[in-house]
Amino acid sequence: MITAGIDIGSITAKAAVLNDGHILGTKVMFTGYNSRQAGKAVIDELAREINMNPEDLDAIVATGYGRNSVEFATKAITEITCHGVGAHFLNPDIRFIIDIGGQDSKVIRIDEAGRVVDFAMNDKCAAGTGRFLEVMARALEVDLDKFGDICLQGKAPAKISSICTVFAESEVISLISKGETRENIIAGIHESVASRVSALAKRVGVVEPVMMTGGVAMNIGAVRALEGKLETSIQVSEYAQVNGAIGAAILAGKEVG
Amino acid sequence: MADQPIVKDPEKEKRKIKSVSKMKEIMTTYYIEAKTAREAGKKVAWITSGGPVEFLIAMDVIPVYPENHGAMVGASKMGVDLCEKAEEMGYSRDLCSYARADIACSVTDGGPIGGLPQPDFLVCCNNICGTVLKWYEVAARHYNVPLFILDTPFIHTKLSESAKKYVITQTYEYIEFLEKQCGKKMDFDRMHEVSRLAVEGLRLWQEVLDTAAHKPAPMTAFDAFFHLALIVTLRGTQIAVDYYKQLRDEMKQRIKDGVAMVPNEKYRLLWDNLPVWYRTKWLSEKFSSHNACLVGDTYTSAWSGIMDLIDEDNFIETGAVAYSSVYINVSLDIMLETLKKLIKKYDVDGLVMHSNRSCKPYSFGQYDLQKMVMKELELPTLIIEADMVDARSFSESQIETRIDAFMETLKP
Repeated sequence: MITAGIDIGSITAKAAVLNDGHILGTKVMFTGYNSRQAGKAVIDELAREINMNPEDLDAIVATGYGRNSVEFATKAITEITCHGVGAHFLNPDIRFIIDIGGQDSKVIRIDEAGRVVDFAMNDKCAAGTGRFLEVMARALEVDLDKFGDICLQGKAPAKISSICTVFAESEVISLISKGETRENIIAGIHESVASRVSALAKRVGVVEPVMMTGGVAMNIGAVRALEGKLETSIQVSEYAQVNGAIGAAILAGKEVG
Repeated sequence: MADQPIVKDPEKEKRKIKSVSKMKEIMTTYYIEAKTAREAGKKVAWITSGGPVEFLIAMDVIPVYPENHGAMVGASKMGVDLCEKAEEMGYSRDLCSYARADIACSVTDGGPIGGLPQPDFLVCCNNICGTVLKWYEVAARHYNVPLFILDTPFIHTKLSESAKKYVITQTYEYIEFLEKQCGKKMDFDRMHEVSRLAVEGLRLWQEVLDTAAHKPAPMTAFDAFFHLALIVTLRGTQIAVDYYKQLRDEMKQRIKDGVAMVPNEKYRLLWDNLPVWYRTKWLSEKFSSHNACLVGDTYTSAWSGIMDLIDEDNFIETGAVAYSSVYINVSLDIMLETLKKLIKKYDVDGLVMHSNRSCKPYSFGQYDLQKMVMKELELPTLIIEADMVDARSFSESQIETRIDAFMETLKP
């Protein structure tokens, strides 16, 4: 049985195709302006890469913010459930997931079967999300891919006290003008994200082992900062960014029984 | 097209509550009477929702509720414009949206009924929050009318003897204030009759709410939000008593006839905090799409929650204690006990808490309450962030994801 999961996030659209529990391929593309088209484009592109016809898929589950706009999906399931199932698939021991995406940070506690026990999401604010890091990287003229590595070089993280993305950006600019090193500012930015997310995690109650998923999991600086705040090690899979899509593809398998 | 009759879905029609039309008629009459009070030679008092209205009724004063008005503003989706108007006047966006909407209506005669009738005096009881003190002071200055403040001490464990004495003394001062404003003595026989009607109304309202304990529920919390208006505005009158009798009987008949408000009711949920007035339909449909029914709530049961403390033969003294004991004037431990009773009574599968940006005393401590409920009762809970009137604090896609995800965790 071949199933697909499509995860339409605010910044990227992800797809995963599974064949009876084996990952055949995954794909990440920018969502762009039209989330409807993004769902179709990402699955078509992935199908082309793995030499299959999208019409041969037995079932598709859509997830993420754009889940209800994927008209050809068999079902829409929230990313919270999908991340739980995906993380459980990648490592059945995982009990806690920190998912930081473009506009959301979520913490999810799961049981031994990968079912969601409790979850919490950031409130109506972009602080502590991928978009926050993106804005800061732009202000510092640093390539987002290098952001995490530079963060680790910061010896004395600068204090970013504002929780608002816009005000924090002004704070960063003022730190630059005061001559603070780029490394320390970047380290401070990651500390600020980690503070926000760890508060959310502690609210739900962290249970080890912990896995981080979503695009921000690719940022080693964010992972290390969170490990420091939560005083625990955090696992990151090579599939971190497509974890929600993988979970959706597994749930699609249950749709056809 | 014009010739085609509108085909109504008979299933939907069957689920509609018939008493709604009567309720609308009563509320319309009430507001017409309030707005024409001067012509009829009657006095109008503004009073907070948790204030002891019975004394006003006994003195033949028409009570008007800025909070009920705030709810109407919210339900009419006029909240954002009015809140912005208040912000232009210099009021903070952090101020309660009922207060902002009401203050804006006072100066613009805006809102769904063109503003409230001018008050002759104001009665403010702080058992529901501290904001009302400043809000009513603003109104007192704006209309240049006297203000009576009834201060109810917060209850941490229980109301001390000295605190009881304190509120009882104020109740007598309240009567003196009313006698002075109305230029006549309180008729204590009439007061006794009003007390009796108030308690009867509260009992009937509770009986209405209790019908939702039946599976499937004949009504939801969304219906309770609507039908609540009379226990707030016309408590202590025969009108409220007659109406709630009618509504209770209709609910009982629905149970007999097997009419459920949510078809295929599978999940029963309890709601905490005020409604999101401008989104009740959306939320109701959202939960309904998951076969979930909000069968009860802490808000609409707050009025009747204190009725057992009232002795109608000694309303002045027992009422003062009862008014001090309302749901949000008590500690989290006492709130938890009330929550537990509701969870048990309605046999719910989950708790949905509205973290209401406007209502600080209701929302403060919700995360702790959530933890206690999850730990002690192992009941799944969900917190959604919104506001009762200011739609700018409502993010549809975020709330949709939270509700969908929560329902996914409840489903097997």
